[in-house]
Amino acid sequence: MPESNLQRALEAKKFVVTAECGPPKSADRRVIEEKAKLLKDWVDAANVTDNQTAVTRMSSLAACAILKSFGLDPVFQITCRDRNRIALQSDILGAYALGIRNVLCLTGDHQSFGNHPQAKGVFDLDSVHLIETVKKMRDEGRFLSGDELTGERPAMFIGAVENPFAPPYEFRALRLKKKVEAGAQFIQTQIVYNIQRFREFIARVGDLGLLDKVYIIAGVSPIKTPGAAKYMRDNVPGLDVPNEIVSRMEAAGKGIEDKQARAEAWRQEGIKICVELIQQLKEIQGVAGVHIMAIEWEEAVPEIVQKSGLKS
Amino acid sequence: MIVADQKPIEEILQMLEPYKKVLFLGCQTCVAVCMAGGEKEVGLLAAAVRLARKQQGRPIEIIEGAVKRQCDDEFNEPWAKTIEQQEAVLSLACGVGVNKLSERFDVPILPALNTKFFGEVERQGVWAEVCAGCGNCILHLTGGICPIARCAKNLLNGPCGGVRADGTCEVAHNGPRPCAWVMIYERLGKLNQRQNIENIFAAKDWSSDRHGGPRKRVREDMLLET
Repeated sequence: MPESNLQRALEAKKFVVTAECGPPKSADRRVIEEKAKLLKDWVDAANVTDNQTAVTRMSSLAACAILKSFGLDPVFQITCRDRNRIALQSDILGAYALGIRNVLCLTGDHQSFGNHPQAKGVFDLDSVHLIETVKKMRDEGRFLSGDELTGERPAMFIGAVENPFAPPYEFRALRLKKKVEAGAQFIQTQIVYNIQRFREFIARVGDLGLLDKVYIIAGVSPIKTPGAAKYMRDNVPGLDVPNEIVSRMEAAGKGIEDKQARAEAWRQEGIKICVELIQQLKEIQGVAGVHIMAIEWEEAVPEIVQKSGLKS
Repeated sequence: MIVADQKPIEEILQMLEPYKKVLFLGCQTCVAVCMAGGEKEVGLLAAAVRLARKQQGRPIEIIEGAVKRQCDDEFNEPWAKTIEQQEAVLSLACGVGVNKLSERFDVPILPALNTKFFGEVERQGVWAEVCAGCGNCILHLTGGICPIARCAKNLLNGPCGGVRADGTCEVAHNGPRPCAWVMIYERLGKLNQRQNIENIFAAKDWSSDRHGGPRKRVREDMLLET
């Protein structure tokens, strides 16, 4: 029986729900505790981001350990931006020792986007190498160099990410294949807004014979305001937000004078769009679950999960 | 070639502040071609510094010169006597030239340039970094396009998710650049060599790069008996 709750749920063919849990820009553990309480009954696992967008925050490892103590199954996101292979492997060992059973291997956002653009980026390994490394530690009891672990191996459930919405589109499924060959057992995708392009991506993944080798968890994210929708459409590389979604967000607040009421109408529409996307994703063969990225809006997760009919 | 930029004049004046008798020594190879430290730049910079120091009421005596390759003692030697008579030398060579002169002479050698990268001439007046000198070339597999130098994250299994819809990299700190992995993908398509990137490129051994410590190349057969 796998030790990872996420892995157990996926193997039991349950349509899983995971959620993102962003650590604070402070040493305040109560922020994580509050998010843990909020998410606990609604998700199969919670992802802790690793200094996302290269902004310094509480370490994902520490926040994962806090989530674990609240009974959640944490997914430890670990990037190659800030650690070389020595530190990466050390943190994998440490994470396992703290009871963390899922790891999501990423290359990481470039340091020039964050709050320390002066930083030296590491990028000793890339995400594919990191996946291979964790697998090697787990299955062979060896570090990347071949040196042997001297005791318990980190029995991690290994995840990776892929973005169907960045060029070259036809290569994305092949890149996912490389990650599966490296050892990825589950794949979390970039946020899906363009369902048609996502279907094409899944079809390509299917053509490569990968759908029974890896669990695909589709990323979703509720939009809070029309401005956020437009920003994501126009300014975030690798995101594909169709105009229709922007129009729906704009229409939702139209004619509402009261600021608070308008913001609430936007939020409701954002959640509605998210729920509709989840329902469409659920119908796509080969999609094993959804990962909800309600960035600094974790309160929306229970409502989205309920309204999607994933849990009552 | 080695591409360099001249430091801001304010910084150069600050470095020169303690000195009244200085040799400005250019280099006629890479930095002359990229118009940062050749004979012409020596003349322009010397004129600017003389003028500034005169205005400060602290005139400076500058000798101007340039050597073929400052990275080689052989070319610097004819200047030995002049150098030894200076309070300092302002080198307009790349950092290699500054180091070379510093190893040879007991005079402060000051850098007039910021040495940047190995570059190609992209077009008139534009130089771009395309090789990182990592010591372990894989260009035969990547269609002649280097992911180590040209990908912001030096990915070996790219492209990452940060490619814009137009195929440029999201990292645009030095102006928009095409995604190296999109270039590799397209180029390999043209060469009918896409199979090269279907398999995983193994983790790189960075010990051949600077991470193994400062590097040296020795050709035993070229050594002279001493």
